[in-house]
Parts: sequence; C-alpha cells; structure tokens
Amino acid sequence: MSAGHVAPKRMYYLVFAALIVGTILTYAAARVDMGPLNNIVMLAIASAKATLVILFFMHVRWSTRLTWVVAMSGFFWLLILFGIGMSDYLTRGWVQGTLR
Amino acid sequence: MSEGHWSEHYPGPTHQPPVHVDRVHAGGPDVAQHPKLQHHFDDMGQQAEASTLGMWVFLVTEIMFFGGLFMCYLVYRTASPEGFAEASHHLNVFWGAANTIVLIVSSLTMALAVRAAQTSAPPKTQVFWIAATMILGAAFLGVKAIEYWDKFTHHLVPGPNFVWEGKHPAAAEMFYSLYFCMTGLHALHMVIGLVIMTVVGIMAWRRQFDENYYTPVEVSGLYWHFVDIVWIFLFPLLYLIGGHVGA
Repeated sequence: MSAGHVAPKRMYYLVFAALIVGTILTYAAARVDMGPLNNIVMLAIASAKATLVILFFMHVRWSTRLTWVVAMSGFFWLLILFGIGMSDYLTRGWVQGTLR
Repeated sequence: MSEGHWSEHYPGPTHQPPVHVDRVHAGGPDVAQHPKLQHHFDDMGQQAEASTLGMWVFLVTEIMFFGGLFMCYLVYRTASPEGFAEASHHLNVFWGAANTIVLIVSSLTMALAVRAAQTSAPPKTQVFWIAATMILGAAFLGVKAIEYWDKFTHHLVPGPNFVWEGKHPAAAEMFYSLYFCMTGLHALHMVIGLVIMTVVGIMAWRRQFDENYYTPVEVSGLYWHFVDIVWIFLFPLLYLIGGHVGA
C-alpha cells in the first residue's frame, strides 16, 4: 500500500527549511540585475520548490507509477500549452503579409 | 492445459466454496472489513490509491485552469516586459514574501496533520495541525485583503478609475488585470480550502481517521499543497520582476 508510507517528522522539517531557503534565494536573486537570467533563476528556484512539495509533502515520492504519470502529465500539457502558444505569438510577422 | 473441460476438475457442490485469498488485505481481515471500505474496492489500500489518483486527475485539470492564466501572463509580458516590470514594482514585496512564508508554514502544518492521522495520533493532535493550517490560511487571506485595499485606494484596479503615472499605462493596466485574476482565483482556492479543512477538522474531531483510513485528510492535503505551489510561482512572477527596477 503505497499511500500508507509514514515519513519521519525530520524529513518534513528539512523540506520546510529548504522551501524557506528557496524563498530567501528568490528574493535575493531578484535584487540583482542579471538581465534575462533573472527570469530563468526565479523560475528554476520556483520549480525546485514545487518539486520538493510534490515529492515529499504530496507523497508522490512513495506513490505508484500511475500517480507519477498522472502528476507529470499536468506539467507536460502545460509545456505543450506554453510551447505551441508561444511558437505562435513569437513568430507573428516573420512572414510578410501575415497578421501581426 | 489440455486436460479437458474445467468442470471435470471442479470439486463439486459438496466442497467448501473457494476462499478469495486475494481479497484479504495484508493487514488482516479486520482491515479488509473496515467500516469505511466501500464494497467496490478489494481493500483499504486499493481504495486509498483510487482516491489519491482521482485527486491527482482533478489537480491536473487545476494545473490547466491556472495554466491558461499563466499563458496569458506569458503572452502579455512578452509583449511589454518593461511595462510589466514597472507595474510589478508597485506591488508590496514585503507582503508578498510574508504570504509566501505563511503558505509554506501552512503546507508544513498540513503535512503534519496528514502524518498525525497516518500515525493514529489522538484527535486533539490531528485537529491542532488542521486548525493551525486554517489559521495560517486565514492569515494569508487577511494579508491579501490588506493588499487589495491598498490597490483600490491607489487607483490600481483596472477599469475607469485606473490611474498610472508611469511610462506604460496600458501594459500596467494589463498587469493589474492579470494580478487580480491570478491572485483572485488563487484566493478563491484558499477560501474553498478553508471550507474543506473545516469539514476535515470536524471529521478528525469525531475520530474518523486512523492509520487504516485517513483518505479525506490526505486528499485535502494534496489540494492544499497544490494551492501552495501555485503561489510559489505567482510570488516571483508578480512581485519580483520589478525588484531591480529603480530599487
């Protein structure tokens, strides 16, 4: 029974500490002007924090493969949304005479 | 396999009916006959697994729900990155960061509430963690109310009364439209979360949860953590993109 895994309290406190550190890092990184890198850094930290929450707080770490696939599918479709959506918006006007 | 029809080997009506060994949970017959076990599940583990999976399917639809708004944000920010940075600079980073911390702490207390149920902790302990989660959730909404109030008094609410002194009034108005849509939808999820936690808290108080059955706390926890994850992305994307602009 995969859903029945009881994680030690220490692990929850460690994940919590990592999330707080991540928040402070995000704030600190935003104070430094790194140009377009700012976005990449803040999204990388946010993704790392989200991964920690999903794996440990949401117990996906101990869930079945089916749960893994379903959970990942959401983010997969999100990438399709962003990828195909932006491939439209970013390429408008590349061909002369097309709608801009 | 080629030993003839199966009925030739069937013991016949004088024998005991075969025991459905696969239907007995490893935890023993007590667990298999748990009062919370629905008849269409084999055992408590299968039932919990089905609920968790169902919740995840719902959360995937939620990812796409918020995903549409994030897509909108991406399109308009790409169209006017300077305007968004300028508009973002007027959000109060202190309140945003404070709310991020509040939500992360609430996720911790939520995880501990699930753990308390998982370990058959006394109802008092379970309710304590659930109540702590709710208080933090309410604190989040309180801070949100302060921020919204501030935006209303400073004419930063999109519409006829929107006033922007900066260089990019159109982009700033779009930014604040997205700000209210995204944080508003998120706040609505927090309110629904508080209602869910109230129900779960009452259930915990009535000794509904123990190590064999804690699915309502578990799936409510999944929802709560999901709302936390949305904020983890909203905070930098809304509050921090203007952090280095004129700071």
